[in-house]
This record gives sequence, C-alpha cells and structure tokens, in this order.
Amino acid sequence: MSEAEAEQLPGTMGRQRLVAVLELTNISKHFGAIQAVNDVSLAIEPGQVVGLMGDNGAGKSTLVKMIAGNFHPSHGTMQMDGKQLILNKPVEARQHGIEIVHQDLALCNNLTAAANVYLGRELRRGIGPFRILDYAAMYKRAGQIFAELKSETRPRDLVKQMSGGQRQAVAIARTMLSQAKIVLMDEPTAAISVRQVAEVLNLIRHLRDQGIAVVLISHRMPDVFDVADRVIVMRRGRKVADKTIASSSPEEVTGLITGAIEQVL
Amino acid sequence: MAVTLDQTIAQKQHTIFSRIFASQTFWVVIAVILACIFLSVTTDAFATSKNLYNITRNITFVAIIALGMTFVIITGGIDLSVGSVLCLSSMILAVTMHAGYSIEVGILASIATALAIGAFNGILIAYLGFPPFVVTLGMLSIARSLAMVASNNTVVFQFGPDHDKLLALGGGAWVFGIANPVLYTILLALITGFVLRWTKFGRHIFAIGGNEHAATLTGVPVRQIKVAVYMISALAAGIAGIIQTGWLGAVTTNLGNGMELQVIAATVIGGANLAGGVGTAFGAIVGAALIEVIRNSLGLLGINAFWQGVFIGGAILMAVLFDRLRNFRRNE
Ligand SMILES: Nc1ncnc2c1ncn2[C@@H]1O[C@H](COP(=O)(O)OP(=O)(O)OP(=O)(O)O)[C@@H](O)[C@H]1O
Ligand SMILES: [Mg+2]
Repeated sequence: MSEAEAEQLPGTMGRQRLVAVLELTNISKHFGAIQAVNDVSLAIEPGQVVGLMGDNGAGKSTLVKMIAGNFHPSHGTMQMDGKQLILNKPVEARQHGIEIVHQDLALCNNLTAAANVYLGRELRRGIGPFRILDYAAMYKRAGQIFAELKSETRPRDLVKQMSGGQRQAVAIARTMLSQAKIVLMDEPTAAISVRQVAEVLNLIRHLRDQGIAVVLISHRMPDVFDVADRVIVMRRGRKVADKTIASSSPEEVTGLITGAIEQVL
Repeated sequence: MAVTLDQTIAQKQHTIFSRIFASQTFWVVIAVILACIFLSVTTDAFATSKNLYNITRNITFVAIIALGMTFVIITGGIDLSVGSVLCLSSMILAVTMHAGYSIEVGILASIATALAIGAFNGILIAYLGFPPFVVTLGMLSIARSLAMVASNNTVVFQFGPDHDKLLALGGGAWVFGIANPVLYTILLALITGFVLRWTKFGRHIFAIGGNEHAATLTGVPVRQIKVAVYMISALAAGIAGIIQTGWLGAVTTNLGNGMELQVIAATVIGGANLAGGVGTAFGAIVGAALIEVIRNSLGLLGINAFWQGVFIGGAILMAVLFDRLRNFRRNE
C-alpha cells in the first residue's frame, strides 16, 4: 500500500490527536538480575493494530503479561483511557477490557473447550451461595464464538484431543467473551495452517473495525506487515523502534531485531 | 458441503454409553459386582446380613478419607498425613470428652485441629512452594507424635458424660438399619460429587491439576484453592476419626497407622490420576469398596491374611494397567 493510503487508516495518522486507550510510561521489569523489560514507553490508540516484534527473549511476552495483570511492573506506570491503571490480578485486567492470548495458549488439557474458554469466569445460575455452573449456557456461547471464528471446534470436546488450530481457536475465543478494549495476542499464528493464519488475521481486522486495539506479537514478518498499522521492535528489553508500517520495511525491521540497525524512534 | 460448520460444532463426540464404557470406574464397579456374586455363590458367610453390614461399614472409613484425598489428587498433590491426622483428631476428641467436656465441644476441638493441620500443610505447599510429598510426610510424623503427647500414649476408652452419645454416633444405625458411618459416607460422597461437578471451586480444582500454569495465568486463585484442598483432606480425615472413635469405643495412638496408603490406593483404583486433573467422588467410594471386598474375601476363602497386600497391590496395578491400555488404544 502507498503512504497516502496508509495516512487514511485510523490510528496511523492521528497518533497525536486520539486519546490513547493504553499508555505505558517508563515500564521496566526485572526477574532478579535479569532485566526482561527496560524502560519502555508506548501508547496504543483505539482500533490500532500494533505489531510487536523482537528476537527470542527480547521481553515481548513479559511486556504484554504486565498489561494483562500477570506481572507487576518493577518500575513505571500504566494508564488506560487517561486513568492510572494498577493491576493486581488477571481478573482486574479483564474488568478493564484487556484480554490476552498467551504464547503457550494456557489451556487445560483435561477440560473441555468450553470450560477452557470460560476458565476463571465461569457462568453460573441460581441464587446467592447456591449458584451452580451453567453448562448449557457456556456450551452455547462457546459454540457461537467458534462459529464466528469459522473454526470446527466442538465446545464439548476435551482440549487434549484437539489439533493445534483448534487449541488456538479456544485460546482466542476467550478474548471474545466480553467486549474488550484491547486484545493482546502473543504469537497467535505460531504452529497453525496457512488457512487458519488467514482466519486469525481476519479476526484481528474484525476487532480493529470494532475499535478494539490489538497488540500482535509475531515472528512472522508477513503477518505483521499484512495486518498491523504500526510496528514496535524490542531488543534485549528495550524498545528500539516504533513506527508506522507504511514508513518501515521488512528489511529494516529485520535489521532492528538482529541489532544490525541500532534503533529508529 | 453436506455438513455445515454449525452442525460440526454442535456435534457430540461421545454418547453417554461410550463415556461409561471408557471409564475405569465402571470396570472397577463390574469387578466389585463380579467378586460379590462369586463370593455369594462359593461361600455361605459372604451374603449374610451381618457380613454385608460389616463390609459396608468397614468401607466407610477409607472411603470418607478417600473423598477428601480426591480433591488433593485432582490438583496434582498428595496427602500422606491423613492416617496420622485421623489419629490426632480422634485423640483430641477422646481427651477432650474424657476431661468432662460435652460431645459438641469434643467434635469442635477435633475438627478445628484437623482444619489447622490442613491449613498448615496447604500454606507450606501453596505459598512457600514445598513439595506436597515432603510436607505431608513431615506431618505424618508430627501429627501422630502429637497424638501420643496429647494422650501420654495411653488408650482412651472413657469419654466422659457424653460417652453413650459418641458411641451411638459411630456405632448406631439410625435409619433403616443402615450403619451410621455408611449414611455419613453417602452424604459426604453426594456433597463431594456436587462440588466437583457443579461449582466453580470444583472446576478450578480440575484446572489446577490439568495445567497449573494456565490456571494461574487465567486468574484462577490457585494458592487459596490449594490451601482449601489440603484443609478438605484433613477435615475428611478428622470426620473419619470422629466416626471411627464412636464405632470402636476406644482410641489408641496406633489408629489409622498406614491408612494413607489404603486411601491413596482406593482413589487410584477408582480412577483418579496421581498426575492430577482426573478423579471422581464415585471412584473413591468404588475403589474403597474393591479393597474391602478383597480383604473380606481372603478371610472367607480361607486364604492367609498375609496375602492381603499382594492382592491389594495387584488391584492397584491392574487399575493403572487398564488405564494405560486404554491410552495406547487411543493413541494408535
Ligand atoms: N517468570 C520469569 N522468571 C524469570 N525470568 C523470566 C521470566 N519470564 C521471562 N523471563 C526472562 O525474561 C526475558 C524475556 O522473556 P520473554 O518471555 O518476555 O521473551 P519474548 O520476547 O517473549 O521471547 P519469545 O519470542 O521467545 O517468546 C528472558 O530472558 C526470560 O528468560
Ligand atoms: Mg514470548
């Protein structure tokens, strides 16, 4: 696409004007002596698809896990819609409309697809303390979501017996249970077929069109250049690039990832 | 395309029957029934109401603890301290009542002791990351030792003013001539089954056993739940201890010695997986039943009691072997 077209995309040109849905300021995270994320600041606008790239161990997963409430930042602050965001638990992130697809998918093999989709926010019926799991409602809604995802995944099947693509669908279906504001996807296209990759990318566009911001972590250059508006590159915990897709190129991003290009901000 | 996406999604892969036939518990039930039929035909003493009364009652002590153990094993843990906790709870009950307190106070003290021990185990395991095997092995030693301290290693057989109430609680048969311990077991099994299948707590227990990391990432309160399951296990041991005290009418510091192994055997035979993520209340009961029937039959068939361990050990291996075979078939 030409630069002129890119300017028309939501999010790419109005970066100064739109209020960021999520803003990170000087975020760092260390595990003992390991500095996994080092002084990263970034802002994400509604309806924007941000590709987050970097070598293995660059700190991508750690960064999104802080946004999803799995880790506390060691330093720095997060803001959502202009308000301070402090997350103690993953549940709190979900309450703020932050959903995540984890890199290892975080699935329980011994549970059904529907049980996995609803893990941690099971539907129940009844009153007060006498509330029981609402199996029927969970199967139904999970089935609807799989249909939306065009995935042949049966809500009643155990995840143990599922293909890689079906497992991915289960993990992605979790993000569609409630109206999210921002969806974080940690390598959602690893280990699935070409057709399913296309489905996932379509889903990302679908989310974007609803005004939902998406952070897509991927090692696959074509996916990011296909669907993202912006690309952020991390190297050894630091942000080394943050620019529009239109103003970058796969060659440049590769150079940034490997360190051949020091940084462009 | 003949089959639409919606139809595929709505399809059920397993019928009720295929699920039943595929379950280890089902085949253990069949084994128990066949054993009972065999024993009824070959011996005169088996199918007498007195023997059946004894069998069903003997099943209960292992079964009640096995219900509690099922929670722990589903999370992928293990509780080796149950036999000692049973002894300590019984002893606390006995000593308290012997000192002149009412049965209510005695039971309260006994249950509180069990819960405190469960909480202690659970906190070390969930919050300090100690391996369950080690923590509960330590507690196996500690709790029995405390029981000896509490009683000065004597036998307690006088339970103060409420002596008769306690004996009736454990030894009576209040409804339709069914031994009281059997009633308690049925009630507790129903509660366990309900909690495992129909509550969020139950669902989360399975999630932790299936993939603890995933459960943590998705926001399941893993640590609190782990503490809770060890408390449930200790509570079950405490309840069994109270009932057993009432039934025996005496407490020694040997009570429940080696019981943890029978309990774990019962849950495994009943289909629970020590790797976590699998287990049912019904399975725990059925496993306990099979062990007791084996034990009872050896006596009736005139086989030396020394062989008991071989048969029970064999049953454990058979149950697991069966599970393996099923998995081989599925993987092919
Ligand atoms: N829980 C943890 N404890 C200790 N160190 C960790 C932990 N999680 C991540 N790290 C370390 O932090 C660094 C960044 O890891 P992270 O998983 O964020 O990388 P990544 O960019 O997602 O890599 P990949 O592309 O391989 O998924 C690595 O050095 C990793 O070893
Ligand atoms: Mg990662």
